Amino acid sequence: MSTSLLELEAVNSFYGDSHILFDVSLTVGRNEVVALLGRNGAGKTTTLRSIMGLVTPRSGSIRLDGRAIAGLPPFEIARLGLQLVPEERAIFGQLTVEENLRLAALTAPNAWSLDRIYEFFPRLRERRRSGGRQLSGGEQQMLAIARALIRDAQVILLDEPFEGLAPLIVRDLVRVSRDLAAQGRTILVVEQNVVAALSFADRVYVLNNGHIAWEGTPAALRGDPALMKAHLGV
Amino acid sequence: MPSTALLLSQAFNGLALGTLLALVASGLTIILGTLGVLNFAHGALFMLGAYAMYVVMAHTGSWLLGLLAGGVFMLVVGVALERLLVRLFYQRPHEDQILVTFGAGIVIVEAVRAYFGGNTKSVPTPPWGQGIVRLGFLFYPTYRLELIGIVAAVLFALYLLLYRTSIGLVVRAGIEDARMVGVLGINVRRAFLAVFALGVLAAGVAGMLYAPIVSVQPDMGGSFLVEAFVVIVIGGLGSYPGAVVGGLIAGEIISLTSAFNTAYSEVMLFAVMALLLVLRPQGLFGSEGRV
Repeated sequence: MSTSLLELEAVNSFYGDSHILFDVSLTVGRNEVVALLGRNGAGKTTTLRSIMGLVTPRSGSIRLDGRAIAGLPPFEIARLGLQLVPEERAIFGQLTVEENLRLAALTAPNAWSLDRIYEFFPRLRERRRSGGRQLSGGEQQMLAIARALIRDAQVILLDEPFEGLAPLIVRDLVRVSRDLAAQGRTILVVEQNVVAALSFADRVYVLNNGHIAWEGTPAALRGDPALMKAHLGV
Repeated sequence: MPSTALLLSQAFNGLALGTLLALVASGLTIILGTLGVLNFAHGALFMLGAYAMYVVMAHTGSWLLGLLAGGVFMLVVGVALERLLVRLFYQRPHEDQILVTFGAGIVIVEAVRAYFGGNTKSVPTPPWGQGIVRLGFLFYPTYRLELIGIVAAVLFALYLLLYRTSIGLVVRAGIEDARMVGVLGINVRRAFLAVFALGVLAAGVAGMLYAPIVSVQPDMGGSFLVEAFVVIVIGGLGSYPGAVVGGLIAGEIISLTSAFNTAYSEVMLFAVMALLLVLRPQGLFGSEGRV
């Protein structure tokens, strides 16, 4: 696939001595939205952390736009235009919303203006002087995504963006994710909320015990209840 | 019961001691908060600052030159210490970090003792700080009074650096979650170097400013280190406002208790810390659940 922007080939990752990812191979094309699904502990978060450089794969290759990035420190990978939005959101609670955004923009060559971010997330403009810890879960998630956007990241890794949020907020964030995709950003999303993830993904990988167990379209996955039950428990 | 004049005088002494403790402790707390390293060499670095002032004053007689040259010297020491030693211990357990910084402190103290001897050096008060000032019914040494203002200005400069600049933004974010700072494209290791050097500079500047009013000798940093630890526990680990407020509280506790009985000044400080730990374990400005 010459059009793939992100490419993992036979990646093996460990936490200490425990082997988490087994020969994981996947590709994400330019402007594509790919969902990575699977049960708890299947290795989804580890896959994203390996791409971001927070876990160094013991073997295998990870390529971003043809360039090998496995083994680089996270800050260098971020500067290549790839951004993880972590599951725990990792908002700086002692910094204001605006400081969180300014920090993220510091090293980005094509950083967005704060105004542009606030047009995208009007709620964050209202909250710009609030401390990170005063935000609701939904606002924190918006800010976490906004930090990736202000860096103008071309590839965004979303780890459980809808976790613990009320259905209305999930609906809003799904709309935001669709907008991002429509703008031509490339997204790899990990999600427990299968319905929400399938609603905006172009393609799906299912991870099971650290192995890629299935690959296909959302329609094919929805049409196969046995597969959904076996690997996703839904 | 001590006289009002004595109590008032001690309250001023507490302010002078408190602002200096705040400066030493802020260096300690930003290093601990950002790098996760408890720097046991901090007292020795404070002492090194005092000796830097002694050397420059002895040769040139210029206080300002002492502060500038001493500041540059402390930055060089800070950078060297981080690059050559502390950096190698970021991934190691806290015990190792404590042992290595403690060891570095001993080396610095003994090197100074070997070169300058163990006897007390006195650093002259700068000309503009000599004499005493009459404050109502109280006579108070001019330099001590000026010292309060100077250290307050240094603390304010540190505040501006931490809260109004990009470097400060990185440092404050790093105190919360250094790894996420890296994920956002910032070279945290380079930021760590800046933070360590800045912390060493804070300790050194405190030593330089304090030099004219104490006996300068190799072991002078020991008690300051212990008191600075108490300050950051009271204020909350990793909190700059905590270090400042905690420093002032500690300075007043020590000085006011001394007016009654000098032997109890440290005891009282530890008692207050113990009480605070029971009532508010995270310290005055600390956040819950942080290490």
